[in-house]
Amino acid sequence: MSEKNTAVKFDHVKKYFTKSTGLFSHSTLKAVDDISFEIKEGEILAVVGESGCGKSTLAKMLCRLHDVTEGHIYVNGEEISGKLSRKKEREFRGKVQMIFQDPFGSLNPAHKVSYIVGRAVELHNPGISKKEVRRKVEELFETVGLTPPTDFMEKHPNQLSGGQRQRIVIARALAVEPSIMVADEPTSMLDVSIGIEIMNLMMELKEKKKLTYLYITHNLASARYMADRMVVIYAGNCVEEGEMEDVLLQPLHPYTILLLNSTPEPFREEQLEIHASEDLPDLTGPMNLCPFSSRCPKASERCRTQKPPVYQVGRRKVKCFLYENAQTEADVKLDAGIYQEAGDAG
Amino acid sequence: MEKEIILSVKDLCVEYQADRGAVHAVSKVSFDIHKGEFFGLAGESGCGKSTIAFSVMRLLKGAARIASGEIDFRGKNVLMFGKEDLRVFRWEKSSMVLQSAMNNLNPVVTIGSQLMDAILANEAVSKEEAVKRAQKLLTLVNIDAKRLKAYPHELSGGMRQRVVIAMALALKPDLVIFDEPTTALDVVVQYNIIRRIIQLKNEMGFAILFITHDLPLMLQMCDRIAIMYAGKMVETAPVRELMEQPAHPYTQGLLQSFPSLLGPKVKLKGIGGSVPDLITPPPGCLFADRCFAVREDCRQKVPEFEKIGEGHYCACCHKLRG
Repeated sequence: MSEKNTAVKFDHVKKYFTKSTGLFSHSTLKAVDDISFEIKEGEILAVVGESGCGKSTLAKMLCRLHDVTEGHIYVNGEEISGKLSRKKEREFRGKVQMIFQDPFGSLNPAHKVSYIVGRAVELHNPGISKKEVRRKVEELFETVGLTPPTDFMEKHPNQLSGGQRQRIVIARALAVEPSIMVADEPTSMLDVSIGIEIMNLMMELKEKKKLTYLYITHNLASARYMADRMVVIYAGNCVEEGEMEDVLLQPLHPYTILLLNSTPEPFREEQLEIHASEDLPDLTGPMNLCPFSSRCPKASERCRTQKPPVYQVGRRKVKCFLYENAQTEADVKLDAGIYQEAGDAG
Repeated sequence: MEKEIILSVKDLCVEYQADRGAVHAVSKVSFDIHKGEFFGLAGESGCGKSTIAFSVMRLLKGAARIASGEIDFRGKNVLMFGKEDLRVFRWEKSSMVLQSAMNNLNPVVTIGSQLMDAILANEAVSKEEAVKRAQKLLTLVNIDAKRLKAYPHELSGGMRQRVVIAMALALKPDLVIFDEPTTALDVVVQYNIIRRIIQLKNEMGFAILFITHDLPLMLQMCDRIAIMYAGKMVETAPVRELMEQPAHPYTQGLLQSFPSLLGPKVKLKGIGGSVPDLITPPPGCLFADRCFAVREDCRQKVPEFEKIGEGHYCACCHKLRG
């Protein structure tokens, strides 16, 4: 088989939240505005962006924790956005599972961890015997590196370290034998030396259990470590999508350039003076403009009055007018220099 | 010529009283910070780095107790300061910016009057003079002087953190302690703030004690770095040297826990295991249980913090370079 199957597809997905601004007035907050991408089976796709860009909203929509305002989400070719029958919903939960950011908040402190994981096994295998549940839980504990399982089974979450708790969260997710995992900043609450072990575990499980990941992070370096491909989100818009190394070596969108050059990297040769406004765009404002135009040193009048479409440039997709006529990545040459001539910072 | 030493910490031990006994949060930590130096203190959560910062400012409270050691600020022992000495020492001589400081601004007072409070409380200047000084401070941190009349909620998180930095610099201190000042901020904002801090340091000549768990950031910004583990300082070295020739196994492990953005893409190992219990610490080296190079005597002998190179100190019985 040459072409891998698509595991997840986002098709022009929008998520608007209605915010009350007074007794009779409200405004619409456009958390995710027209995002499309695909994840192939067995792939890790990183979604990268700063806080408030809509990346967690994206994850929650895929897990059906938020409904979709407009557009469609498909998992293995079947639409999962919108209303599902009870049976379909159960089926879906068996396919897509989530690893949350906060291992301190996502486990019930009143239960033993064996119960927390065992409950998921029970629910997804109706009629299973108690003995069988225990066997499966032990197996899961071993899979996530909590060995020997008997040392951990009888403990409550508060008796475990952050890293161990995150392993329990992963074991619970694996209990239903999912094919797709959504990991929303799974290591950002952990110490780095522990976080890297969790990332290694996730990649190991990908091979062992043939998993597909949507990996949400604000950390570009960890995205590179984990993922094959990357989607860069800015203000609810997917501004750039491409192979990881392509994007890191030669970012195309001005925002990606800014993000990349702001990330601490001791191996960077020179330290650039970056002048960029820090003003985040108003997500409740009009949408007929490029959301990055307020900060972009290359913004033209057109960027402020018209929303750029997605251009295919070589292997990449970019949402920026600068690439309107570009055929390959080399046609437009932008680098961090654009932020140096821009003058005074905001 | 050796630069003047601004802050000198000698054999500092700090304990927290817990139900089960004293937690040895900081034990026998020594370091010097020179005039105009950008000194970084790195380590993972619970290693005692913030406790050191709070000890220097004499801000420890409640269950915390400085068990022994000395903290000298320009030759004067901070631990002996009386009320008046402390008042002058804090803010005028040294100041501190905390991680969530941006949320500690008073929400019902304009940032201008909060800035002026700091000036008026410590210096005998007229109100007009204070306004001028406050305006100048805001422009120092790249905020329009007109924003003096703004309330904290009208500013973004990054701007509020800049205001706090401006406050810390209001009285031209010799030492500014930054305790994870940008951890809660996005990278673009973080980059701008850190660049500005370095520029101001070069212009005004204050020394910086910078605390963070973000090693890549520190490697990029600091002159000298100290690595802490379980309340002890395990290694200190000039930045380049630490990056290229880390001597302590923990430093090596830590450096190998950060994925690289542009460097070679390699499989990282992380550091297995967890930090020992600091109420009843095991004998010998505290890192022994997690160390890849552990030998028998590591569990008996407490390693000394020894000089192994120019400005390079390490606390390991088997320094890997030797």
